Amino acid sequence: MLRTQILPRKRKTVNKKPSPSRRAREIPIAPPRLDPRGEELFEVLKGVFPSGLKCEIGICIDIVTITVPKESLVQVCQLLKDAQNLSFDYLCSISVVDYEESEQRFEIVYHMVSLSTYYKVAVKTSVVSADPVLPTVTSVWRSAEWFEREGHDLFGVIFLGHSNLSPLLLYEGFDGFPGRKSFPFHDYQEW
Amino acid sequence: MQIHETENETDGSIDLMINMGPQHPSTHGVFRLVIWVDGERIIKSEPHIGYLHRGSEKICESEHYSQIVTLFDRMDYVGNLNSELAFCLATEKIMDVCVPERAEYIRVILCELNRVASHMLFYGVYGLDAGAMTPILYAFREREKIQNLFESVTGARMMHNYIRIGGVKENLPRDFQQRLHEVLEHLKRGIEECDALISKNEMFLARTKGVGAISGADAIDFGVTGPALRASGVVEDIRVTDPYSIYDRFDFNIPVGTYGDCWDRFYVRVEEMRESVKIIEQAARDLPEGDISAAVRRIVRPPKGEVFVRTESPRGDLAVFLVSDGTDTPYRVKVRAPSFANLQALEQMLQGAYLADAVLILGSIDLIMGEVDR
Repeated sequence: MLRTQILPRKRKTVNKKPSPSRRAREIPIAPPRLDPRGEELFEVLKGVFPSGLKCEIGICIDIVTITVPKESLVQVCQLLKDAQNLSFDYLCSISVVDYEESEQRFEIVYHMVSLSTYYKVAVKTSVVSADPVLPTVTSVWRSAEWFEREGHDLFGVIFLGHSNLSPLLLYEGFDGFPGRKSFPFHDYQEW
Repeated sequence: MQIHETENETDGSIDLMINMGPQHPSTHGVFRLVIWVDGERIIKSEPHIGYLHRGSEKICESEHYSQIVTLFDRMDYVGNLNSELAFCLATEKIMDVCVPERAEYIRVILCELNRVASHMLFYGVYGLDAGAMTPILYAFREREKIQNLFESVTGARMMHNYIRIGGVKENLPRDFQQRLHEVLEHLKRGIEECDALISKNEMFLARTKGVGAISGADAIDFGVTGPALRASGVVEDIRVTDPYSIYDRFDFNIPVGTYGDCWDRFYVRVEEMRESVKIIEQAARDLPEGDISAAVRRIVRPPKGEVFVRTESPRGDLAVFLVSDGTDTPYRVKVRAPSFANLQALEQMLQGAYLADAVLILGSIDLIMGEVDR
């Protein structure tokens, strides 16, 4: 007769050093590596903005970024669109990123592409949590209309001057902003 | 369909408000369109979306990178492999991973096949929109061959989950080259047959020529991309102008329309199928042996940073904005869906058109609601 014996599993008692927690791990930062077209744009951009305009040109991995305060956002966008050697005529997307712990909580990133020179650039601006208001860019590109509505819908960022900020993806009367990090992901009862 | 009457304040005439959808067979998903008409002409329209909003972007924030590929499958559920590719490219870019040659070629072959399958579906459904029953039978016959090939490679007909970060899931089956050759031969004949069946049909031309036209400048301003933009005469294809993967190695043309009307949008897609077949033939000829995946860990932790990757999906510019904070889940994923932006231009296209053409104009954008609502 076959008998199987189940032995109690012995717990290994090895004194292991506690592994470094995820927070303690040093987080590497991706280095910038611009393609030739990006480098060309980086050089061109230096001469475009007038000296009075507050903006910071940087590089984020493979894309040139322009960080601007929200007051000069529309001016910068219009300048990027109208400048002869740039002509960013196509707004690709507007993304809102919620940096919950930061003071400048919402970062709004505008990605735009030029269909004549094929440059691409990211314009960044940020707003504080208490006053998430910034001007609309619908006067520059009409495609911003729905992108901004989506940002307002999911993150509660208000785009001043937008003609219609009614809910786009959510239904009328939805309570809260589901894109935000603070919105409960689990245990959320909708009905 | 619901109809409401309101009195026009300016001239006392009566405008009709017609509600189309969200449960309407020709809206290609759950999409509601409110139209105001003056007689037969559309004077105003208002698209309502969001019926399929699943919060995919939010779900991405709590999943591992490798798990997100499945979510991208379900965004553009007709061009699955193309959306998978967009996310994998973004992750690879942030991690600076070099994908093996063979994997790149497999990706291109499958993505282009997927593009043909997607355009075939458009071709068939557009025929239905125009009131022709036959095209969809022809289109599905062709599409079935591609789906069968996909099944033999990826194991699934629709939700493939085949393209992985750093390469592809598994190697091609042994008889792939032969099967691909058969499918391509079949496709080439099929595309010509489909083209001959409806493209130059007098009734079809009468329904689509000059209907729902949009100028190139307007299309760019509205953020229209892909075949819909090229139909308006703008030469823009991300595979050529900002090449990703290995698209710079292939020789193909960019089909461009003239007037930006429904027929141009239709025919650009038919032409694009021919170009895709060309790309597949070149890629299959050069397909090298070797690894199919780079050495990437199952749970990847990309370095901190942000990337923005644009790809040419069957519907247009599918871009992924990925923010990584150095952990195993992304901090933010934003998908720039081509259908979402293309749909914005619908109002402009419908302006002044006949009510009977509304369905045709809507169909010519080739919407995928899964992608619009995410």
